[in-house]
Amino acid sequence: MFTPTVFASILPEILILVIALLVLVVEPFWKEEKRRNVGWLVAGSLLLAMVISFLFGQPGEPTATLGGMVRFDWLGFFFKQLFMFAAAVTALLLMENEKVGRRGEAYLLMLASLIGMNLMASAGDLVMLYLAIETTSIPLYVLAGFMLADEKSTEAGFKYLLFGAMTSAVMLYGFSLLFGFTGTTDIYQLIGKLQPGIATFGVLALILVGIGFKVSVVPFHFWAPDVYEGAPTPVAGFLSTASKAAGFAVLIRLFFVAFPDFAPSWTLALAILSAVTMTVGNLLALPQTNIKRLLAFSSISHAGYALIGAVALSQLGAASVVFYLAAYILTNLLAFGIVMAFSRVTGLEDLKDYSGMSRRSPWLALMMLAAFLSLAGMPPFGGFVAKVFVFAAGIQAGYVWLVVIGILNSIVGVYYYLNALKYVYLFRMPEQDEENHPVPLTRPYVIALAVLAIGVILIGTVFAPWFSWSDAAALNLF
Amino acid sequence: MNFPVLSVITFTPMVAAVLILLLPAQRKNEARAVALAAATFALILSLWAYFNYDQAAAGYQFVEKYTWLNLGQLNISLHFGVDGISMPLVLLTGVVMFTGVLISWGDDHPHVMAGIQDRPREFFAFLFVLASGVFGVFVSLDLFMLFFFYEIAVFPMYLLIVIWGWIVTREYAAMKLTLYLFIGSVVSLVGVLVMYWVAGQNTGVYTFDMLQMEKAGFSQTFQDIWFLPVFLGFAVLGGIWPFHNWSPDGHVAAPTAVSMFHAGVLMKLGAFAALRVGIMLLPQGAQTWSWLIMMFAAIAVVYGAYIAFVQTDFKYMVGFSSVSHMGLVMLGFSTLNRDGLLGSGVQMFSHGVMTALFFAVVGMIYDRAHTREIPELGGINKIMPFATIGFIIGGLVSMGMPGFSGFVAEFPIFMGVWGTQWLVAVIASISIVITAAYIMRNIRQVFFGELPQKFEGHLTDITILDKVAIVVLCLFMIVIGLFPNFMVPLVQTGVDNILRLLGGA
Repeated sequence: MFTPTVFASILPEILILVIALLVLVVEPFWKEEKRRNVGWLVAGSLLLAMVISFLFGQPGEPTATLGGMVRFDWLGFFFKQLFMFAAAVTALLLMENEKVGRRGEAYLLMLASLIGMNLMASAGDLVMLYLAIETTSIPLYVLAGFMLADEKSTEAGFKYLLFGAMTSAVMLYGFSLLFGFTGTTDIYQLIGKLQPGIATFGVLALILVGIGFKVSVVPFHFWAPDVYEGAPTPVAGFLSTASKAAGFAVLIRLFFVAFPDFAPSWTLALAILSAVTMTVGNLLALPQTNIKRLLAFSSISHAGYALIGAVALSQLGAASVVFYLAAYILTNLLAFGIVMAFSRVTGLEDLKDYSGMSRRSPWLALMMLAAFLSLAGMPPFGGFVAKVFVFAAGIQAGYVWLVVIGILNSIVGVYYYLNALKYVYLFRMPEQDEENHPVPLTRPYVIALAVLAIGVILIGTVFAPWFSWSDAAALNLF
Repeated sequence: MNFPVLSVITFTPMVAAVLILLLPAQRKNEARAVALAAATFALILSLWAYFNYDQAAAGYQFVEKYTWLNLGQLNISLHFGVDGISMPLVLLTGVVMFTGVLISWGDDHPHVMAGIQDRPREFFAFLFVLASGVFGVFVSLDLFMLFFFYEIAVFPMYLLIVIWGWIVTREYAAMKLTLYLFIGSVVSLVGVLVMYWVAGQNTGVYTFDMLQMEKAGFSQTFQDIWFLPVFLGFAVLGGIWPFHNWSPDGHVAAPTAVSMFHAGVLMKLGAFAALRVGIMLLPQGAQTWSWLIMMFAAIAVVYGAYIAFVQTDFKYMVGFSSVSHMGLVMLGFSTLNRDGLLGSGVQMFSHGVMTALFFAVVGMIYDRAHTREIPELGGINKIMPFATIGFIIGGLVSMGMPGFSGFVAEFPIFMGVWGTQWLVAVIASISIVITAAYIMRNIRQVFFGELPQKFEGHLTDITILDKVAIVVLCLFMIVIGLFPNFMVPLVQTGVDNILRLLGGA
């Protein structure tokens, strides 16, 4: 039973487990001051794990392993690499967080959640899928409320837990009905077993609730701003990127593979959700004065843009979703990383506190420029190409109205992203003495932010290899 | 031709921008030196390309093609090449970039706030990113890449205006400009994507290559529907009435070099993209809607000139005169005949150089006198004779005086319009009178007349670098005016290609 293929299909998860055990063993023997070095350990070994699974864990033809529980294909593989990259960066960013980074448990919880995400991306069975989603979520609940002394963090943890438990129960109900109707839990066996009818659409709606929560689609988005604001910033960054992308991985695999028969109904539902999500996210981002809340609403709206690709229900559509998520993960991690680097020195998180930042730290300001312009969808950064591909897929599928809504929304987006940059570049500190208030960067930040910034530019200029991988991943859905 | 001259021209500013950013923030003069070196290099290369363009062979030359993405139904390539329309514009960009750097160098005199003293490193880096985008649009033959560079040319404007602009209106004007241009470009984007899929369905070849898309065979209905969004979306940047509102505000708020770039080059970018994508890819749609474009353009020509006439702010006056002159470019497009298109092609270059000169002179005066109110100025000639001569030459070009490039450009445009709608030609020609009126009035009031008491002893002459910039700009206007052969046959080859697509001659 345990053939090399089976081994390769869960190789990344095995490696992550090894890293987690290593952390567990090593951490207690390190002195309190040295414990932040767990971050170096985790980031380095995750990078190694990426290389190893890239060398030995590449999928060939899509296969089902472990009794159909896990699908071994490019879709899962590409997402796993993305998640591990995001986790490695998050580990670096965690190190510099005084309250969280000195505790080994934080890294351990993140790794546990990472295993869950990896399995979400590759689950081939509803049972496995549900387990994976819970494995992802529960450690994240704890991480969001990690700073026990901080009221906002505790609130964030609780809010996330309540919303998460509620929606996951609804989704589980949907899964069990699905099993009742079809007699199978294998995602790849579901196709053709469902009869069209009101009950089926009810089931799809229940499942959409659960996924909608993970990717924070309106109207299941209420947790996002509060949780992002309250949670430790590295955790918020991880939540808004990897966790969201994992939700999308589930969405496209489940709906593209199992329910293409009912496409006109759920693609329309997704199209409406997408339109509402973009609009609400962007309009609510406009009045925000706290940068983490701004990024929270902006990340809601980005879920809406990415959904356009899913609505298209074509290979190009799926590829553009995957590509969008890759670009978005890099960009948003960069944005959150900058927020962290800035507030570690200043302790401030309001937009107005960013006044004079370009004089205090020109390089940090430039990276923020890259991140925000990429979010706004400007070249030569990743966000531009990603948006164009998603829109192209939408138009190809005939959803011109949805693309027009997307475009109107990106105009709103340009407004508030540029507005934030105005604080960075134009306004000055009250005493105009920026030279005396530099924003020094420590080594983990320099490495993490430089890698991300270069990545954001690379994915926006030399986009052919990235898009080819996204396309190979999308191919497995058809 | 093995030397990839176009991509070197396009990426030189980008590389220079990165180099400048790598310098320490205190090394202001080094940043300026790198900028000047890169600008000189780009200017020399574009001159070289201009004189090596083979007019007998015509067509697209210096062609480079690298596959960028080739996957299923997505085909994007880095496909560069210039024809008779875009070659002068590449040269124009080189000229404006070079003179813009000279103007921004700065002057250390205590009463002068000339040039860029605050964070010149970032200024030149953003300006050069913009320049790269502009070069990229003019040389791209791939629609995706054209769009890519178009957006690169748009967003640095926001930062350049908001950081170094005129303190009173910069926040308002920068955001207004960016939103206008972004809205225009995304409207075009929808049209471009629709064209892409329809072209693919029609021909079976999915590619963003514009030379392929020219053969897509779009149906008449399709062209009628999509011509307007695509053309107008790009033409927003060309300052077409009634979407011109951002442009005078933007010109006035921008620092001098950015105004030069903006009015001199960026507005051409809009007109060029509207021509290349709108008229050349959807020629039948252009024929259907040419009456509307002609109406818009005629209104812009007269209305822009009239508003310029009533301005008391020197820079607003120049800004509205740009709207008027760009209206002439659009007017030439709308004729869809040989004379009109030829005139537009030359006018884009001529107006670019002329308006860059205007803004440069206005900037020099404002930096020293700290006011742009025309009634408060006077007698500038006594202190800055060089700037005065420059402005007078620019004014003669603006009025369309024979012997200067403006005549070479405007005469064919009016001929072309006369050939299609004589009444429009008559109405539009009113603008020539109004232009002459406000230019003359300004020359008298600002440059001659009494030097106001408060300027006695405070004003200084312009620097040697400013003089070099003025000489370079004037040189091109006079050379084209006296030797139209310098440019007209070249533009003619480009116009022939457009006429072929339009199905005529």
